[in-house]
Amino acid sequence: MSREARLIQLLTPDGERVDHPDYPLDLTPDELRGLFRDMVLTRRFDGEATSLQRQGELALWVSLLGQEAAQIGSGRAIRAADHVFPSYREHGVAWCRGVDPIDLMGMYRGVTNGGWDPAEHNFHLYTIVIGPVALHATGYAMGVAKDGADMAVMCYFGEGGGSQGDLSEAFNFAAVNNAPVVFFCQNNQWSISTPFAKQSRVPIFQRAAGFGFPGVRVDGNDVLACMAVTKAAAEHARSNGGPMLIEALTYRMAAHATSDDPTRYRIAEEGAEWELKDPIHRLKTYLINERLADDTYFADVEDEADELAVHVREGVRSMPNPHPAEFFDHVYAGEHALIDEERAEFEAYLASIEGA
Amino acid sequence: MAAATMVRALNQALRDALDADPKVLVMGEDVGKLGGVFRVTDTLQKDFGEDRVTDTPLAESGIVGTAIGLALRGYRPVVEIQFDGFAFPAFNQFVSQLAKLHARSMGKIRLPVVIRIPYGGGVGAIEHHSESPEAYFAHTAGLKVVTPSNPTDAYWMLRQSIENDDPTIFFEPKRRYWEKGELDVSAAPLGLHQARVAEPGADLTLVAYGPMVGLCLEAAAVAAEEGHDLEVVDLRSLSPLDFDTVQASLERTGRMVVVHEAPVFFGSGAEIAARITERCFYRLEAPILRVGGYHSPYPPSRMEEEYLPTIDRLLDAVERALKY
Repeated sequence: MSREARLIQLLTPDGERVDHPDYPLDLTPDELRGLFRDMVLTRRFDGEATSLQRQGELALWVSLLGQEAAQIGSGRAIRAADHVFPSYREHGVAWCRGVDPIDLMGMYRGVTNGGWDPAEHNFHLYTIVIGPVALHATGYAMGVAKDGADMAVMCYFGEGGGSQGDLSEAFNFAAVNNAPVVFFCQNNQWSISTPFAKQSRVPIFQRAAGFGFPGVRVDGNDVLACMAVTKAAAEHARSNGGPMLIEALTYRMAAHATSDDPTRYRIAEEGAEWELKDPIHRLKTYLINERLADDTYFADVEDEADELAVHVREGVRSMPNPHPAEFFDHVYAGEHALIDEERAEFEAYLASIEGA
Repeated sequence: MAAATMVRALNQALRDALDADPKVLVMGEDVGKLGGVFRVTDTLQKDFGEDRVTDTPLAESGIVGTAIGLALRGYRPVVEIQFDGFAFPAFNQFVSQLAKLHARSMGKIRLPVVIRIPYGGGVGAIEHHSESPEAYFAHTAGLKVVTPSNPTDAYWMLRQSIENDDPTIFFEPKRRYWEKGELDVSAAPLGLHQARVAEPGADLTLVAYGPMVGLCLEAAAVAAEEGHDLEVVDLRSLSPLDFDTVQASLERTGRMVVVHEAPVFFGSGAEIAARITERCFYRLEAPILRVGGYHSPYPPSRMEEEYLPTIDRLLDAVERALKY
């Protein structure tokens, strides 16, 4: 097995720090604690959103449970000036980009199809259809290359998304244009009910070779490895090295979405096995063993998580419904006679039934 | 004022747009050295460089998808889909992304992307090279859809499409590419989405766009010999559609035939007939008739002259409308 094919790991499931020759990582205690805090807070607001769905406040939620290390590790590896294209489950990356978790929930509540200003966070909107955003990221990166800007573009997708033609087209466009884009695949093993074995005959990272750029496979539940590899890939992109593909091997510990029932297609033992590789647990073990954090610190983080949960609960519950005529607001940037005509007709209709 | 083909006019428009704004890019399959299979982009790469006039891999979704990404980065890509029937691999990008990102972002994102698509038949081509898919795009909120019928319009409408901030599908009537017409860019152009009365008349209005405007003008000339005074309206834009100009014409003539190459069923003629009927019910002297392609896949080219509207089919519909 080549070095590339081995799973890159810096922190074992038991919380033991190991080195990798290609991916050194030297973090301060503050930075290590920060990663822990990010993962705990993300898991907390994610769980809160699931509860809000159960309470009828959200129509749907797609949990990232189990994928915190992949998202926080990669999300904290990049710079504020880098530009991120998420799929629709990247709540942890959104957290790293400073998006208020409440803003992530508007679309799942049904009050917006977006929810935040992409330019404000260098974090593009969620894209529900799987695949097309990889080409948007690639095109954006082609623009970055034309501008000669010192930045990388991150493109998130899942192993199911890897089956979409748009991913292959994106790999190819990125390669022939040497675009500074990092393709970050969270292989969480399951595309709703379809296991990875039915999705692809080869590991996702191996596809990069066919398009002519490097691909690596990293332990997606190891926040340090995800960070180190993403830092390297982003630097590779920024220094005109072109695209790189990272496959982060992780596990979707929750259902695909709140409407899904994984007991119909996977066995509980599998989940139990992955619980032993839990991304938060292993970093906590490391922090304790290295005496980098004490009980007071962990209690503080829990308190902060409680506060965040309240913030999310209250924020979502008080999210107002938009006025019906708002669906006309941003169909076009410029004038469009039909929009004007239909809006006038619709508003006249609304006025006619007001108080009826 | 000079005589020029539509290809020449489009080439000049692209050249002037590239000159006017460094953010304008031209991309597509074979648009570089070859100058495009129809030579619309001829010599542009030589003059503006590979960085601005770029040959893409052969992948339509990739072309439209990366154009979206470049627009997100602040560029104004003008991309070519080589033939009408090749637009469909990119359909998801058109309908679910290009059309919707402005609304999804509550107006924060603007996508000034122009997609040029040579369309329509009558050129003796093999399958997938003669289709008229404009209704799919006009049906999609968020896209603008325009199509010129002559060189001067082709020039200005392409310039205006590139300058406007909405994604615009620019349909080029390939059977009119090589016809010489007047190219006069000295006068101020019409608004991009304004229809134009191409030929005034009193008895009946022919409504057409793109490749069928020329046919309607020929039909009007033949009808004139038979004593019928037909008005021809060139829509130029399908989304938005200038119903006011169409309505004003109907109010003058009382009768209307809508003509397009696309199949009649669920085609743009149906929308025009319905809306004009609603606006002008008491002025109508006859139902609005439609002449277009049939509900079959575009046929092999030896049959296309029968499938497509001809002057005779058009005049037949005119006769029926006048007899009411």
